[in-house]
Amino acid sequence: MSIFDLSLASAAKALKAKEISAVELTTAYNAAVASLNPRLNAYITTTPELALAQAKAADARIAAGTATPLTGIPIAMKDLFCTEGVRTTAASKILEPFIPPYESTVSGKLKAAGAVMLGKANLDEFAMGSSNITSGYGSVENPWKRQGSDAKLVPGGSSGGSAAAVAARIALAATGTDTGGSIRQPVAFCGLAGIKPTYGRCSRWGVVAFASSLDQPGPMARNVEDNAMMLNAMAGFDERDSTSAVRAVPDFTAALTRGVKGLKIGIPAEYRLKGTNPEILALWDKGIAWLKAQGAEIIDICLPHTKYGLPVYYIVAPAEASSNLARYDGVRYGKRVDGEDLIDLYERTRAAGFGAEVKRRIMIGTYVLSHGYYDAYYLKAQKVRNLILKDFTDAFTKVDAILTPTAPSAAFGLGEKMDDPITMYLNDVFTVPASLAGVPAMSVPAGLSAEGLPLGLQIIGKHFDEETVFAVSAAIETAAGFSALPELRAK
Amino acid sequence: MAYSLEGRTGAWEVVVGLEVHAQVISESKLFSGASATYGGAPNAHVSFIDAGFPGMLPVINKECVAQAVRTGLGLKAQINLFSRFDRKNYFYADLPQGYQISQFAHPIVGTGEVEIELQDGTIKHIGITRLHLEQDAGKSMHDQHPSKSVIDLNRAGVGLMEIVSEPDIRSPEEAGAYLRKIRQIVRYLGTCDGNMEEGSMRADVNVSVRKAGEEFRTRCEIKNVNSVRFVMHAVEAEALRQIEVWESGGEVVQETRLYDPAKGETRSMRSKEDAHDYRYFPEPDLLPLMLEQSWVDELAATLPELPDEKRTRFCTEYGIPFYDAGVLVADQTTADFYETLAKGRDGKLAANWVTGDFFAAMNRTGKSIENPPVTVEALGQMLDLIADKTINGRIAKDVFEEMVETGKMPAAIVEEKGLKQVTDTGAIDDAVTKVLADNQDKVAEYKSGKDKLFGFFVGQVMKAMQGKGNPALVNEAVKKQLG
Amino acid sequence: MSLDAATVRRIAKLARIRVNDEEVSTLQNELNAILGYVEQLSEVNVEGVEPLSGGAQMALRQREDKLTDGDMAEKILANAPDRIGNFFAVPKVVE
Repeated sequence: MSIFDLSLASAAKALKAKEISAVELTTAYNAAVASLNPRLNAYITTTPELALAQAKAADARIAAGTATPLTGIPIAMKDLFCTEGVRTTAASKILEPFIPPYESTVSGKLKAAGAVMLGKANLDEFAMGSSNITSGYGSVENPWKRQGSDAKLVPGGSSGGSAAAVAARIALAATGTDTGGSIRQPVAFCGLAGIKPTYGRCSRWGVVAFASSLDQPGPMARNVEDNAMMLNAMAGFDERDSTSAVRAVPDFTAALTRGVKGLKIGIPAEYRLKGTNPEILALWDKGIAWLKAQGAEIIDICLPHTKYGLPVYYIVAPAEASSNLARYDGVRYGKRVDGEDLIDLYERTRAAGFGAEVKRRIMIGTYVLSHGYYDAYYLKAQKVRNLILKDFTDAFTKVDAILTPTAPSAAFGLGEKMDDPITMYLNDVFTVPASLAGVPAMSVPAGLSAEGLPLGLQIIGKHFDEETVFAVSAAIETAAGFSALPELRAK
Repeated sequence: MAYSLEGRTGAWEVVVGLEVHAQVISESKLFSGASATYGGAPNAHVSFIDAGFPGMLPVINKECVAQAVRTGLGLKAQINLFSRFDRKNYFYADLPQGYQISQFAHPIVGTGEVEIELQDGTIKHIGITRLHLEQDAGKSMHDQHPSKSVIDLNRAGVGLMEIVSEPDIRSPEEAGAYLRKIRQIVRYLGTCDGNMEEGSMRADVNVSVRKAGEEFRTRCEIKNVNSVRFVMHAVEAEALRQIEVWESGGEVVQETRLYDPAKGETRSMRSKEDAHDYRYFPEPDLLPLMLEQSWVDELAATLPELPDEKRTRFCTEYGIPFYDAGVLVADQTTADFYETLAKGRDGKLAANWVTGDFFAAMNRTGKSIENPPVTVEALGQMLDLIADKTINGRIAKDVFEEMVETGKMPAAIVEEKGLKQVTDTGAIDDAVTKVLADNQDKVAEYKSGKDKLFGFFVGQVMKAMQGKGNPALVNEAVKKQLG
Repeated sequence: MSLDAATVRRIAKLARIRVNDEEVSTLQNELNAILGYVEQLSEVNVEGVEPLSGGAQMALRQREDKLTDGDMAEKILANAPDRIGNFFAVPKVVE
């Protein structure tokens, strides 16, 4: 067995038992990063020396008996988390020279727990995208291949670098952020598990903002247990984030063995969308059967405003983004393109610094907020968003969790679905509603497509009830017994 | 007589509304823990939040909220238990986030009213539309480098209260009186220092003109006027400009203008040309601000007495005229000085001394009420010496001058200089006897009916006693001896 | 509602993004496609529905008025593309 076969949980056990050292583990991962990243482009910035130093400190901590479950665990940090002294780009050229003089709350918590940072993971520029092709630092290759094809597939997005890194085993786990599916869709495309916690569960402080009312950090890892361990360290109230919830963090790993006996699981008819891959619908039926077999009660529910999730999302998120990205003006940090006067400087800087998708979203967001259009677009979208929230709160009076597919298709090829923005946006159709409602949702690998690509199922829970989400996810995971691996990986 | 401006086509009425920006007195900024204190080395009072760094988030300062509520209470305004923050989006060098966090749709304070008093004693009510909390911007300086502007963010993010008036103001005088009144109220409340030179209070002045009985015409907004005098001048200059535009057949264009005090005129502001579409939307990094009525009540209960109330109380409690009371409450320190002095003493006498000799001495010496020419204790002791007849009013004036000069206590001066009033009737009688003996001719004239000479005899006696005779006793003795 | 080229230019100006003619026409098509897509919201009846503006449903937490931040001009300026002393520098602004 190779060191790369250890999951986060088993690596943690091995570290604790001193069967392996953190330096050993990190050295192996550093080498894997060095060998595979040039091809995968999963990291924008690698930090092997920092990682090694952190690993040494981790070994000292383990020896001193002050280790946490994450001490010595090598992880990838989505390059949206500001890391003190380590360049943070948000995959945008506009932040190319930016070295944050501060550490985000979540990356700081992981650091404090003793996790080892291998580098900053690639993503869609400012987390805007579903395939990691909008990165200013090149696209990311999904380590998975269609059977008998060597065509490059996208890893999903926006946390595509994080997903590719964990899938290719050049990170043991990763951080992601999820605004409309940016954790759940890439883990589904890469055969991993990942959870978008309840909005307010993990602090947004120090995370480069895309859409403030939707952004939520969360973990991405090989399995459900690894996610629970990561989230234990990442979650918690932060007085520096006004939207952070004043809630105690339960031990999420304790929920993994609860089982689903007696739980009511909702199946929303509205997610049986036209055009969804029949394999995915079949997998969904399998998931229902698995839960039923383990003693859950299956209940048909209605989420009547589901189809409006995407249009609401594509108004709300760009509107907030257009404002959030106004600070990138070339004055205080980041890249500047000089101009004749200040306005010229702004316009040149932003034209050169932002990629096409980011510009598109800033433009849409600016338009829907502009005079005369606010009521028709933004206000209307906020009202429909409330109806979507109500769909969930109504459903959760009847059920404990909801089971749906994660994405309407498996990973697609680089260059596919690029005809127009809408086709790409449709990737998020199943993940966006939970984001708009702020409820927790997890994607678990549940099977392979006929082409041999991983497919995920999504488990949606009540606000701040990640524990039930973990319990149901663990039950699906056990039943699915997903063990396939991509050929392209550290061995 | 209502104020109006005479144009070629007749009289024009001036319509003015003010937006007063008052910097909140607090330790730290509205949304960050950096210092809100004026000054400091460049960019020293700046957090990553104030400088708009990636991923930075605002957290509201409770004291700024309390200060806004206190000010709202002071403006007799509606306190909104639900309010919300919005982003006002525009690009400017001193606006690091690319938006200002303000309150657009749901301000913390709703409608209210203030009373202003004009020169001729007229009282007028000016409506308050709203008060909302927002962030101040940083400062751009254009004179430090030949081709560059430089930016200091020390002020960026300091809490501001924007107090918006109804367009109820009709003259430069009213505009000035209104601004002074707002300044007086916030100073009393301790919610803003009202220091217009340092920019902690400034006004955007909306001006339009119209003929009597017309609807409002197009207005222009004059930005950032930083003194009462300039506000008054700007109103007049802008009104005259608009009259000229209308009368020469033109159309006033709604725009943002700047007042140039050196030239005494307003000019169009280039930089604000396309800033009209602010794309306000609810600030997603903050949640709605919900206040408890009980908390508002607590603030109301601990609110200091406001100038209007104090003025009325001074009139009834100390029996002083309304006008004098107005002078005494002009600022809190003067009012406190007066009240300390008047407590347990003759309020009228105290008021006369403060508004008379004391203010005169303050002006003459260039001192202030914070650093007065004589202390309240000293002045009080002097009033006590008058009250217990140790000195009379005339001597008191000399004693007061000596106090200003030397800083000595009045009792010591009286003692040292032997200025004690003579109440010994024997001594007074002796002095009267001597004066009458020395002026027998005048006595004869008096007795033949020249009553006016009575004052002459009293004067002579006082003079003989170096002014120290008790005036009532001297009068009595003169009368008695003249028979 | 359909965007014309002039509106695209106005929006780009508001957003402070320089666009050339070719970009204007591309953006015009893409933005119209997105606006056409979100148009389906018009079929939703939202009468009496309050807008939902945030991701969290709670009241705003307020912090104590304490001096906890600042006094780090060097860190604030360390990433600046241009500075003069401890000031940020930009091309001269005419007010």
